[in-house]
Amino acid sequence: MTGERAPLDLGFLSFERGAHLLVARALRGIPIGGRVLVTGGDPALGVHLRAWARQRGHGFTPVPERSATWELVRGPSELQRWQGAERAGGPGVDGIVDRPPARWGLAARGALVEPGGPEPRFDIDRREVVWADLAPRLYAHAAAAQWDPATAVDWAAAPAEPVPADVEAAVVQVMTYLVENEQAALVVPAGLLARVHPHFREVQQLLAVQAADEARHVEVFSRRATLHGGPMGTSSAGGRSSLASLLAEPDFSLASFLLSVLGEGSFLALLGFLEQYAPDPVTARITHLARVDEARHVAFGVAHLEHQSSLDPTLRGALRSAIERRHDALVDTAGLNADVFDALVLLAAGGWTPAAIARGHARVQELQHAMDDGRRQRLARLGFPPDEAAELSALHTRNFM
Amino acid sequence: MTTLMGGVAYDPKVVTIWDGFRRWLRGQALDFDYVLYSHYERQVEDLVAGHVHAAWNSPLAWVRSARLAAARGRRVESAVMRDTDQDLTSVVVVRADSPARDVADLAGATVAVGAVDSPQSTLIPLSFLRGEGVRDLAVRRFDVGVGLHGDHIGGERDAARALVAGEVDAACMIDGNHLLFGQEGTLPAGTTRVLAQTPVYDHCTMAIVDTAPPEEAAEFVRLLGTMSYADPEVRPLLDLEGLKQWVPGRMSGFGPLTRAVDEVGFYDASGGVTAAEYAP
Ligand SMILES: [Fe+2]
Ligand SMILES: [Fe+2]
Repeated sequence: MTGERAPLDLGFLSFERGAHLLVARALRGIPIGGRVLVTGGDPALGVHLRAWARQRGHGFTPVPERSATWELVRGPSELQRWQGAERAGGPGVDGIVDRPPARWGLAARGALVEPGGPEPRFDIDRREVVWADLAPRLYAHAAAAQWDPATAVDWAAAPAEPVPADVEAAVVQVMTYLVENEQAALVVPAGLLARVHPHFREVQQLLAVQAADEARHVEVFSRRATLHGGPMGTSSAGGRSSLASLLAEPDFSLASFLLSVLGEGSFLALLGFLEQYAPDPVTARITHLARVDEARHVAFGVAHLEHQSSLDPTLRGALRSAIERRHDALVDTAGLNADVFDALVLLAAGGWTPAAIARGHARVQELQHAMDDGRRQRLARLGFPPDEAAELSALHTRNFM
Repeated sequence: MTTLMGGVAYDPKVVTIWDGFRRWLRGQALDFDYVLYSHYERQVEDLVAGHVHAAWNSPLAWVRSARLAAARGRRVESAVMRDTDQDLTSVVVVRADSPARDVADLAGATVAVGAVDSPQSTLIPLSFLRGEGVRDLAVRRFDVGVGLHGDHIGGERDAARALVAGEVDAACMIDGNHLLFGQEGTLPAGTTRVLAQTPVYDHCTMAIVDTAPPEEAAEFVRLLGTMSYADPEVRPLLDLEGLKQWVPGRMSGFGPLTRAVDEVGFYDASGGVTAAEYAP
C-alpha cells in the first residue's frame, strides 16, 4: 500500500448513527482511485465499512498492521451517475428557456438533473404560449390576498330589513347559477395547470391559486344558497352547454381567452351588480370578495394574451375563430337560464310593483351593456379594432361565463 | 439462436430487472430471452439439461450446478458476477449485554439463522461456528422463502428480531443486512454487538453450461461487461440488480459454502438434493 492516504477518524460514530456521511464526504474530497484511511472505535465499524463500500462501488481492505483501521479506494460510480447531468435552466425568471425538455420533468428550475428517468408529458411547454412576465407578480399578489370564508364573512349578519321569501328565492337562484359557473372556472385552470411544464412554475402557481380562489367562490356561494334552509334553484341545460363548451377548449391561449377575458370579464360586472342590489349583507360581502379575485384572473388573461398578440399577429384570427366556433356550437341552446334572468330583475327591482319591475328590468339591461362595454375594451387591448371588438362581443355566450 | 437465461423470481422486481436486461441486450443485437423459476433447484436441473444456456445462480445453486454437470459429463462456467458478489462476509451477532466475549462462549447457546438453504445466514455461519469448535449449539431456523437460497431477506430479519426479543442468544446474517438492520432500526443502535465475522466468500454468479452456443454465450458475457454505470439507460437496471459493474466470474470464492454443504450433506457429490427438511 503506497501513496497518499487521507486520514479519517470517526471517533466512536457508528453507521447506525450516520458515519456514512463522513466517509462519503472524505471520499468526495479525493480523486477516483485515491485512498482514505479510516479509523474508529465503533466495534461494528469494520463490518459496516466493508458492506457500505461494496454497495457503493468503493474498494475496501483492512490494514493488517493496525487495528481498527481500514483503507477505502474511491470508486467511479458517483461521478458516473452525474456524468452528462445538466441544469434545468436557471432558478430565476431569467433562467427560463424557450422549450424545456420533457426529461426535466418535475425537477426544480435550475436543479442539476441526473440523466435518465421518466419523461412525463407536459404538453403546454412553449414559453411563447404559456409565459407572461406579469405572472410572478400576480401570483405574489394573489397569495397575499387569500381570504378565509369562515372569518372574512360575517355569516350571522342580519339584513337591515327582513328579506321577503320570494326575494330570498331569487338570491338562492342566482347563487345556484354562480356555483355552476364557479365550478367551470375551477375545472378549467386546474386542467390547464396539470398540462403546463413545471419549468414555468410561476404560471402553475398562479393557476393553482386561481383554482383555490374558485374553490372559495364555490364554497361561499353554496353556503349562501343554503343559509336559510330553502331548496337550491334550477340548473338549465343551456347554461350547462355554455360551460361545457368552455371545458372543451384544449388550447391554452384560447381557453384562457374564453374563460378569463370574456367569461370572468363579464362576471366582474355581474358580481358588482349583485353587490349593489344584494338584499342582505352576506350576499353583498361574498360577491364583493369574489369580484376582487376575479379582477386578478381577468388581469392575467388579458396581460398574457396582450403580450402574445404583440408577438404573434395570427393570434387575433385564432381568438376570433374561437368565439365564432363557440357561438355556432351554442346557437341552438337557450343561453342564460330564464330563472336567473328573472331573479336578477327581481333583485334589482326590490319589490313587485310594476314600476319596480320596470326599474329592475332596466338595471339588468344596463348590466348587459356594462358587460358588453367591458368585453369590447378588453378586446381592444388585445388589438381588435372597435368595430370588430363590438361584433365579437355580441357573439359572446348569453350565459355570461 | 436465442440465448436463453434462467432466473429465480424471488421478488416481483425480478420481472422488471430481466425485462430491462432483455430489452437492452436485444438492442445490442443479441437475441436474448429469459425464463423465470420459482426456486433454484429446477433452474439448476434445467441448466445442466441444456434447457437454458445460462442461469443467474445463487452461490448454492452454483455449487449444485457444478456437481450435477460433472456427474453427467458436462461442465458449467462461473462466467460473470456483480462487483457486489465478491468478498462478502457474515456476522454472528449477540445482544450488547451478552456474557459471550468469544464464539467459544456460545457453547450450549441458541443461535437464530435464516432459511435452511440460505448460504449467508445459515450454511456458511453455522459451518464457521463448527470450525471454531463451538459445541452443543441449538439452531433456531427462520424458514422464509425456502428454495430461494436466502435471496428473500425475511428469514434473516426474523432472526435479528428474535435476537432483539431475547428469544435466542445469537443471530447470523450477511454483513450488508447487519448494516441495513441497524439503519432501519430492526437492530436498534447500541443494543447488539458483533461477536464474530466469517472469512470472505463469493455470492451470485452467472453459470453457463458447455452445451450453450459458444459465440452467443461469449457475446452475452461480453455485453454485460460493457454495461456502464455512466449510461443513463443502463444505470437504473444496475441499481435495481444491485451492482455498479459486472466483473469476470471466478470459482475461488465458493470454498466456505462448499465445505458447509458437505458438512450438513445438503447436496451429495453428484448434485443430488440430500438436505433434511428442505422442500422448495
Ligand atoms: Fe370565481
Ligand atoms: Fe375566476
